[in-house]
Amino acid sequence: MALLEVNDLKTHFFTREGVVQAVDGISFAVEKGKTLGIVGESGCGKSVTALSIMGLIPKPPAKIVDGEVLFDGRDLTKLNEHEMQKVRGNNVAMIFQDPMTSLNPTLKIGTQITETIRTHTEMSKQDARKRAVELLEEVGIPRAAERLDDYPHRFSGGMRQRVMIAIALSCSPRLLIADEPTTALDVTIQAQILDLLDELRQEHEMAMILITHDMGVVAEVCDDVVIMYAGQIVEQASGFELFEKPEHPYTEALLGALPQLEGDEREIRQSRLTAIPGRPPDLVNPPQACRFAARCPYATYEDSCTEVEPQLREIRPGHWVRTAHPTSERSGERETVNA
Amino acid sequence: MSSETPASNGALLSVTDLEKHFPIRKGVLVERTVGAVKAVDGVSFEVAEGETLGLVGESGSGKSTTGYCILQLMKPTSGSIQFMGKELTSLGREELRRMRREMQIVFQDPYASLDPRMTVGGIVAEPLEVHGIGTRKSRSETVRRLLDIVGFNPNFTNRYPHEFSGGQRQRIGVARALALNPKLIVCDEPVSALDVSIQAQILNLLKDLQRDFGLTYLFISHDLAVVRTMSDRIAVMNQGKLVEIGTAEQVYHEPKDEYTKALFAAVPVPDPQRQRERKAERARLRQEARSSGNGSL
Repeated sequence: MALLEVNDLKTHFFTREGVVQAVDGISFAVEKGKTLGIVGESGCGKSVTALSIMGLIPKPPAKIVDGEVLFDGRDLTKLNEHEMQKVRGNNVAMIFQDPMTSLNPTLKIGTQITETIRTHTEMSKQDARKRAVELLEEVGIPRAAERLDDYPHRFSGGMRQRVMIAIALSCSPRLLIADEPTTALDVTIQAQILDLLDELRQEHEMAMILITHDMGVVAEVCDDVVIMYAGQIVEQASGFELFEKPEHPYTEALLGALPQLEGDEREIRQSRLTAIPGRPPDLVNPPQACRFAARCPYATYEDSCTEVEPQLREIRPGHWVRTAHPTSERSGERETVNA
Repeated sequence: MSSETPASNGALLSVTDLEKHFPIRKGVLVERTVGAVKAVDGVSFEVAEGETLGLVGESGSGKSTTGYCILQLMKPTSGSIQFMGKELTSLGREELRRMRREMQIVFQDPYASLDPRMTVGGIVAEPLEVHGIGTRKSRSETVRRLLDIVGFNPNFTNRYPHEFSGGQRQRIGVARALALNPKLIVCDEPVSALDVSIQAQILNLLKDLQRDFGLTYLFISHDLAVVRTMSDRIAVMNQGKLVEIGTAEQVYHEPKDEYTKALFAAVPVPDPQRQRERKAERARLRQEARSSGNGSL
């Protein structure tokens, strides 16, 4: 059994403008010690997914209207706040994008770490402090013992994210959810943080969900990848498979939209980036058809996918896609025509 | 794009020994200067007409400050900035105002750089009004034409910026920068607030505009892949200094400077197989840096 299993999760926001179907029936699993990447652009529902798992969505206006989040077989959506608090930190921890705002600026770093430890364990103050020093050392903060008495503003962005990771690790969680953990950081610091997360994951056999918009980060870190679009999963596969044989027109377009770092100079200068025209649909009244149809280069008016929503289907073992026009079948069509 | 060779008497823009220091002050009642942050510390480069020079670096490297100094939005501490044959640092107010028509800027954040109380039409027309160009009627025609060029529906001139998405807003920002038909546009992280699919739209637009209007870009960004797509030549900044400059090909394929190497190695590429190799390379460089005593990398 997978460590975490999300089944048909629907998180909707009940607003004055209507019901925003931010997360609309998504399912995935994360195995022990593995990393799952959730990728998508702003507003696709990737962060709401994470917050739903953590029980941190703002209620109201948000509500989990359907589905289950099974952690070790226990449905987290059924827990009350008190029970959920025990799960958070202890079993599942989360780090956020902005290390500048997720630490309390008026409390010393040491206080913030020991607080977390003592909330979840019976440790004495002294022991908690010792543990805090160990944690800061583990995440690579030099002179850890001295730095416990510093306030957050004395730390750089990268160092603050290390502190956040130390806090997240303080109760040895079995699942770490990282929501854009390196987006606010410089690339050289990003590389350090990604290396650190990977080391920690291996050492602690921790599973990880990495939420990001950066395909490069996904390629580096993730065993499995989920691509989200307009509140739904549109493609799901192993990392190697997804980058080698993307099937969904959206995934294809996302990869084509990325400027190349490596490769032939002339090719790079002459090629145009694939821009995706238009923008994602309004999630108050999402189309009954394929949500990507309006921007899809392959959907035509007479197509069924402009009227009926395609279901997620397994196009190759372990590779799921929600489209009427997967890449492999398109080239297949063309080949039959040519023959 | 850069097929036109620069005139023999020099480049469109040439920056020599540019320095911008910010004083560090101490004391509450009696302030005294105790030191200086050398944000830009002796930077020199040239940009030829019709060319794109990419300026890359991490936060705090001084790349944006360099851009602001060139546009005289900040007064440099010392150094020379020659633009279209004139020394900008010694121009009087009126002369500078006239030169400003030739150099414009596109800012990073299309959410913060457009006045929320002005209509789209008003924002794009403002530079024309400030410089007293055209009549009210001709200006409104110009605005419609500019919006059309940047792919923004000209019928929306009476709407306000908040009604539009980030990509659309950045188009408004580009139209405003184009309004005075400038020679040089400083693009300061123009796509870093945008999603990739929208980012591609704006980058393609900037390329098209350069081809159609012979624009010269100073393209400032922290994103090395973006800079590579856009630039003929690339300059790398680190801690206020320009550590490397060369053609895109040279800088990306045979970086000489250690910092440049580390910077490139740190960027993850969207290819798991290749990224494994790059990760190993990154570890090797870090090991080297450590053994040579340069721990900062």
